[in-house]
Amino acid sequence: MFGWEFPPHNSGGLGTACLGITKSLSKKKTKVTFVLPKKIEGAESFLRIVSPETPYISFYSVDSPLSPYLDGKKYESYSTKGDSVYGRSLYEEVSRYSDFGWYIAGKEDFDVIHAHEWLSFGAGIKAKERSGKPFIAHIHATEFDRTGGEGINPRVYAIEKRGMEMADRVVAVSNLTKSIVVKHYGIPEEKVEVVHNGVEFEEEEGEFREVSKMKEHGKKMVLFVGRITLQKGPDYFIRAAKRVCEVCRDTFFVISGSGDMQCQMMEQVAREGLSDRVFFTGFMRGEKLRSLYRSADLFVMPSVSEPFGITPLESLINGTPVLISKQSGSSEVLMHALKVDFWDIDDMANKMICALNYDSLNRCLKENGRREVFSINWDKTADKLIKIYNNL
Amino acid sequence: MPSVCFYFQVHQPFRVKKYTFFDIGRDSSYFAGEGEGDLNNEWVMRKVADKSYIPTNKMLLDLLREYPSMGISFSFSGVVLEQMEKYSPETLESFRELVNTGRVELLGETYYHSLAFLYSREEFKRQVDMQRKKVEELFSVTPQVFRCTELFYSNEVARAARDMGFKGVLGEGVDHLLGWRSPNFIYRPQGLNDIKLFKKNYRLSDDIAFRFSSSGWKEHPLTADKFARWVSQLNGNGEVVNLFMDYETFGEHQWEETGIFNFLRSLPGEVLKDSDNDFITLSEAIERYKAHDEIDVPYVTSWADTERDTSAWTGNEMQRDALSKVYEIEEDVLRTKDKDIIDDWRKLQISDHFYYMGTKTMGDGVVHSYFSPYDSPYEAFISFMNALSDLKLRVEKKLNYKDEKNKVTFRQSI
Repeated sequence: MFGWEFPPHNSGGLGTACLGITKSLSKKKTKVTFVLPKKIEGAESFLRIVSPETPYISFYSVDSPLSPYLDGKKYESYSTKGDSVYGRSLYEEVSRYSDFGWYIAGKEDFDVIHAHEWLSFGAGIKAKERSGKPFIAHIHATEFDRTGGEGINPRVYAIEKRGMEMADRVVAVSNLTKSIVVKHYGIPEEKVEVVHNGVEFEEEEGEFREVSKMKEHGKKMVLFVGRITLQKGPDYFIRAAKRVCEVCRDTFFVISGSGDMQCQMMEQVAREGLSDRVFFTGFMRGEKLRSLYRSADLFVMPSVSEPFGITPLESLINGTPVLISKQSGSSEVLMHALKVDFWDIDDMANKMICALNYDSLNRCLKENGRREVFSINWDKTADKLIKIYNNL
Repeated sequence: MPSVCFYFQVHQPFRVKKYTFFDIGRDSSYFAGEGEGDLNNEWVMRKVADKSYIPTNKMLLDLLREYPSMGISFSFSGVVLEQMEKYSPETLESFRELVNTGRVELLGETYYHSLAFLYSREEFKRQVDMQRKKVEELFSVTPQVFRCTELFYSNEVARAARDMGFKGVLGEGVDHLLGWRSPNFIYRPQGLNDIKLFKKNYRLSDDIAFRFSSSGWKEHPLTADKFARWVSQLNGNGEVVNLFMDYETFGEHQWEETGIFNFLRSLPGEVLKDSDNDFITLSEAIERYKAHDEIDVPYVTSWADTERDTSAWTGNEMQRDALSKVYEIEEDVLRTKDKDIIDDWRKLQISDHFYYMGTKTMGDGVVHSYFSPYDSPYEAFISFMNALSDLKLRVEKKLNYKDEKNKVTFRQSI
């Protein structure tokens, strides 16, 4: 299995998904050799690491002198800005990784090649060429999601398209993503399987300290978590917040995350006169983020295009009901969620107000949603993947 | 000997259109959904009329001519009659033709197809009276047998029906309440001698209403002669076969393509081949058969879902919240004496609103979502509660205005 990042050295959903998938596959006695394009700290290059917790997973990492670990922001600028300063080195790295795919295919014994995201498709293709084994391209997001359909990077697009064409099977994280793959990449429908993501649970308690004072005064909190980029729809969130503030005096909004639209969003908030109602926390993770979820009365994911979107699932696990855009993969698996078209500001504001003010609605969403989210787990994802492996 | 008692329920709710928080105080036309879709009540009425009511009525009229001794029973909610008058007068006319044969009995129920029995006994009685008047006005017949909304039944429902002058009442044939008794006889409600109780034969009813087109069912495809055989098999250990179902079964729930119309067309002929069988109205059954035993139903049962209780409407917190909020303003609403406000309030009592808010079968079951015009129970709740909030504002405004006026006249009078 070729990946690009892996916890704890991950910046986003891809690493989390790879962890969830490999863990559940290994539980189900499917042996996974996981290959990463970077040197894992403390390990020699080309050294196999067998983790004691997951006996069926072994790791390979390739030392890459050019790159320190890619963090989220840089990854963003790589993938959306193409020929930026980082551009060349990223493509070089992708190419190096491909060569490594050829190398590893000669060394390892395996039945299926499974590559995540365009960054590792080259390695997958090379491994297929050398071994003749079937190759699965797993799509977690496309260039169309990352850019909102405008300013598609032709090089990234070409790599994505070639990877999917060369693959024996394409796995998409949602029907939404599948439809993009079919429509924009010309991949035949029957070649694409939808396998939804899962989520892991941690039982914790406690609210976010900094907002507990406001909550004590009976104020209601609406939360946005995600990169502050076009894809995540923060501007729609702020416009809906404006409408809510016109009628609900006791509501405040928290935006947790960072991204290239942050300055623009802060200016928009100031311009609308909402500086005392909308707060930016910056990027947060771990226990702090989870306590923020627990403090909120409603979580909103207004994404313009969201291949899956794991944040609403995390919110539900932490006991906060969710309002999500219909343009998201998770809206395909969550029945107990409020849903809106991301562009329908009036309806978004309407549902925010109702979820905050009709207590019975809030509690039903919260309780049913929490029950539902427990059924969306990585074991189900792994079961579907194993079925696909067996049918190759 | 078994007499087949067909009773068809005819009902369409006034669905609340998509109504947002921002509409409160600005828009009081809650039921005026537009466009081609299930929230446009006129559109739905016409669609169901075309697919179901009109073709089925025509077929039944032919059957009644062919088999002059045949009897059938119908029950209409007041709100479906209102919608026929407004949106599809030809449908109303074709029902009139059926009733005019003298072979069709009409039952009594609440005008607003409401759950008022559970929440306000006074309001319940008013709505039963309203429905009776509406039926008399449109069809010149007076209902003698009562069916409560969604086949709600309990000892108390029977008592209320008896007190309002009905001589028969309907209930679901819930197994654990029947015990060893079969639904194929007429019974006495607990402690009452002057009203008879019909129990739905839910196996045979649901074979038509739900399982008819389900290819996974071992009896599929269901043919008229097979069904007639099942009816004849009851000979000797049953007097009535109570086939109770939604009239929309024909052509709407079961599409024409499933063969449901051919089935209905051939059924009377097949059943009547056995000269011991016949089709009669509920009042005829009351005349002909005696009550065999007394049945105790201490709590309210219904014909919905596998639970056969009221949980399809009252099972979750949103449903209970919405219901209690509707009924808690009863006194104020009536005090306004404003015809439109009272009518809108009553339309908000239609049971379907609360059914759409049901969450218990989401995921595995499809029944609630099949019948719901909303994307989710939460959407149903939001539009409903916003509309109710607007109604409350109207009530307050009206009462304040009235109180102001009263003060003035009071002052003037001294």
